[in-house]
Amino acid sequence: MSDKILMKGNEAAAEAAIIAGCRYYFGYPITPQNEIPEYMSKRLPEVGGTFIQAESETAAINMVFGASSTGARSMTSSSSPGISLKQEGISYLAAAQLPCVVINVSRGGPGLGNIAGSQGDYFQSTRGGGHGDYRTIVLAPYNCQELADLTLEAFDLADEYRMVVLILADGFLGQMSEPVVLPEPSGKKFNKDWAVGIGRKNKVASLILSPEDGLTKHNYVLKEVYDKVETEVRKYEEYMLDDADYLLCAYGSSARICKQAITELRNKGIKVGYFRPITLWPFPYDELLNASKGKKKILTVEMSLGQMVEDVKLAVNGSIPVDFYGIPGGMIPTPEAIIERVESYE
Amino acid sequence: MLHEKIIFAGFGGQGVISAGKLLAIAAMKEGKEVSHIPSYGAEMRGGTANCAVVIADDPIASAIVHKPTICIVLNEPSLDKFEPLIQEGGVLIYNSSKINRKPVRTDITVYEVPCNDISESNGSIRAANMAAIGALLKVKPKLASLESMNTALYEGISERNHKHNPINIKVIEEGYKFIN
Repeated sequence: MSDKILMKGNEAAAEAAIIAGCRYYFGYPITPQNEIPEYMSKRLPEVGGTFIQAESETAAINMVFGASSTGARSMTSSSSPGISLKQEGISYLAAAQLPCVVINVSRGGPGLGNIAGSQGDYFQSTRGGGHGDYRTIVLAPYNCQELADLTLEAFDLADEYRMVVLILADGFLGQMSEPVVLPEPSGKKFNKDWAVGIGRKNKVASLILSPEDGLTKHNYVLKEVYDKVETEVRKYEEYMLDDADYLLCAYGSSARICKQAITELRNKGIKVGYFRPITLWPFPYDELLNASKGKKKILTVEMSLGQMVEDVKLAVNGSIPVDFYGIPGGMIPTPEAIIERVESYE
Repeated sequence: MLHEKIIFAGFGGQGVISAGKLLAIAAMKEGKEVSHIPSYGAEMRGGTANCAVVIADDPIASAIVHKPTICIVLNEPSLDKFEPLIQEGGVLIYNSSKINRKPVRTDITVYEVPCNDISESNGSIRAANMAAIGALLKVKPKLASLESMNTALYEGISERNHKHNPINIKVIEEGYKFIN
């Protein structure tokens, strides 16, 4: 079972979803995530599941709403412009406390943008692209193995907290092939007595008008869950930070570029390491603050004009200077550019 | 320590993306760290396509190849695009069957391989990518052995195409022998 298979990130995520017990996939094609629906259309019928190519992204997320409300594990995937279209449905899923997994293999934007990997969807993912007071758990893998592992885990997190879990990957990760050891199912069981069904009460109120504070109370119910998630779900990786003078902060594909830059900078005698958030919400604020203690400066690196850098600044709250290097629109930062920036601090 | 950053490039349909994937599988079988990223999207049959393969002893940090250590180009537009990017001291293998000009770089090692001619003289017009792979494995034997490559051909290609593998293997061997 532990054999390594060379898999595309998209395929690894799709197979991991099936291992997690996902039996309902609804989606609409868009590059660079097309291998997910392609793979699901082949594999789901083999395991007794249902694949539907919906008529639109909006339809797909609402099909997920339907499947999820019966207690079944279901998912959808898309890329940036398609994820924008799903936001209304994500907000409705959050309101109804329905668990599901949404994978965003993000690409350059705004608008139709391009089809190369990008990290321009950080705000959309972590601040709620849809309306209302809600949160989604956001997981950001940086290689194909982690994409598979986190997809599997996402279904457990979704069921445990009855929340939408968003996987924020990018076009490079989706298209890249790497050796993957497929994860084993966790075997966790979840009580789903909330699910609708014959003889069960409909738990989803479409409009909460009375009593006057009915919605407010519901918002506090949601907040209680979000507070719990914030204390219980924090994932991050620290790399070569112990003796480092400078801290790079990056997630996903950018973190890999940073890793290469770190090796080259250390060869030149410059002590640098990185802090890589894996949960983007909840963001590991306290952990980053601790990691930054005694460092001279933080350099946040993103494939965007600077989005996560706002959370980095919130984490350190002015205790240490925070610099930013990024490139938007589907381009990738080069290790040389990062090296040059860090060298300028010396 | 082995750490090669390889670009395969050519026309869509010449099999550069498959060749890269098969090489990655062969190296993975030998316990090496590998990654493969295709260029994708706007490319189509007749357009240019390429893929980036990294093969290393240590875990691969960035799989993105900005400056390749090895470049295999099967058509002239790809030579024009990638020759200037090759790292100093790197290797260029180019398909002289389809490329009329000579490479200009003098700070890299250049191998001229008539990939299409090797393929055709072994009974296939479609295995030029395999001739290039053969040449590459001779130039850089640490990437993967011919045996691992043969295993990769059966594991990485769908079963309906296994019938082409005897010729693929022959062409790889001829490409290998072509380099002295």
